[in-house]
Amino acid sequence: MAENIVTLNDGTFNDAISADTPILVDFWAEWCGPCRVIAPVLEEIADEHAGLTIGKLNVDHNPMPAAQHDVMSIPTLILFQDGVEKKRIVGAAPKHRLLQELAEFL
Amino acid sequence: MSHEKLIIIGSGPAGLTAALYAARADLDPLVFEGVAAGGQLMITTDVENYPGFPDGILGPELMDQFRKQAERFGARMQQVDVTSVDFDSRPLQVKVGGDDYTADAVIVATGATAKWLGVPGEEELTGRGVSACATCDGFFFRDQELVVVGGGDTAMEEALFLTKFASKVTIVHRRDEFRASKIMAQRVLDHEKIVVLWNTVLTEIHGSTTVEKVTLEDTVTGKKQEMAANGVFVAIGHKPNTELFAEALDLDENGYIVKSPDGSTRTDVNGVFAAGDVADHTYRQAVTAAGTGCMAAIDAERWLAGLE
Repeated sequence: MAENIVTLNDGTFNDAISADTPILVDFWAEWCGPCRVIAPVLEEIADEHAGLTIGKLNVDHNPMPAAQHDVMSIPTLILFQDGVEKKRIVGAAPKHRLLQELAEFL
Repeated sequence: MSHEKLIIIGSGPAGLTAALYAARADLDPLVFEGVAAGGQLMITTDVENYPGFPDGILGPELMDQFRKQAERFGARMQQVDVTSVDFDSRPLQVKVGGDDYTADAVIVATGATAKWLGVPGEEELTGRGVSACATCDGFFFRDQELVVVGGGDTAMEEALFLTKFASKVTIVHRRDEFRASKIMAQRVLDHEKIVVLWNTVLTEIHGSTTVEKVTLEDTVTGKKQEMAANGVFVAIGHKPNTELFAEALDLDENGYIVKSPDGSTRTDVNGVFAAGDVADHTYRQAVTAAGTGCMAAIDAERWLAGLE
């Protein structure tokens, strides 16, 4: 896994999203088929964009952040910067569309 | 520009079975999986009616096995969406973003996707309480009150799955009986957490940041009422994924690809074959999709042999 992919949990989530560099949080779970589909796409994006941090948050083991941010569908990707939500992508999307949505943060 | 003997578009049971058979027939197939790789089985939990798995199997696991089996014989997979096709030219043309491919034969197995209601509030609240995938999202509704719209097997499956989490599930169905299979309908009717509202349609979904309530209309009396709900799961059927082929292939009035009357998987274009739900509004099962995927590979093999 690329160095800019970090695993988040209930305890580390708030600090991670408060950084002044953007972090894309992937709300996922093992039983979620579409989450499995986008996981390798996110790894590719992390490899190609060293400046972007990707935070993996397993909602099964860490339910708090999902509840706080009204995440009620997975996969959901939220881009945070300085603790503020800048972008939300719900559902699996192809790589080109993810890159398009995230363009200003890459 | 790269040339292929056979391109397969789609990677559900139909596409991957076609890939397996084509790979074993030395056709060296290239599969464009699409972003919804694995198809509809990726958003189901237990598949209880796929023969050979007496205890049932998880949908995503079944698709992993299909894919491994096809890859074992050399099928090549690319997780990309096809952006356009031109089936008037020879060889056939398939575009993926800026990349152009040509092929002697194409198998279309792009499947079907869940339909939405198209009512006010639905789009705005998608991912915030409105969902078409209980197995993806049910988890977020622990001890909450949910609505499932629909009356077919998918609606029954969704409602039953949601009872694991929800305190109450209300099924809203526009007719006075389910079209679901008897076994599924009976499980629903017997379930203590499930209530059924017959002859009822959902006309609006309300909520500021997440779903709070819905408007229901009685189709017999026309009377409207509001009901509190934290989530709405839409299971009113599917539409074929044929937008790409609107100009290229003969489609029926519902958008399904029209197959040859001879019972094969041929379409109205020579060298293009259709398999799975994209050309099937009748059976729509994983096992029938796999069956027609096999047929399409054999039909394509014979077509290609005739070219040589």
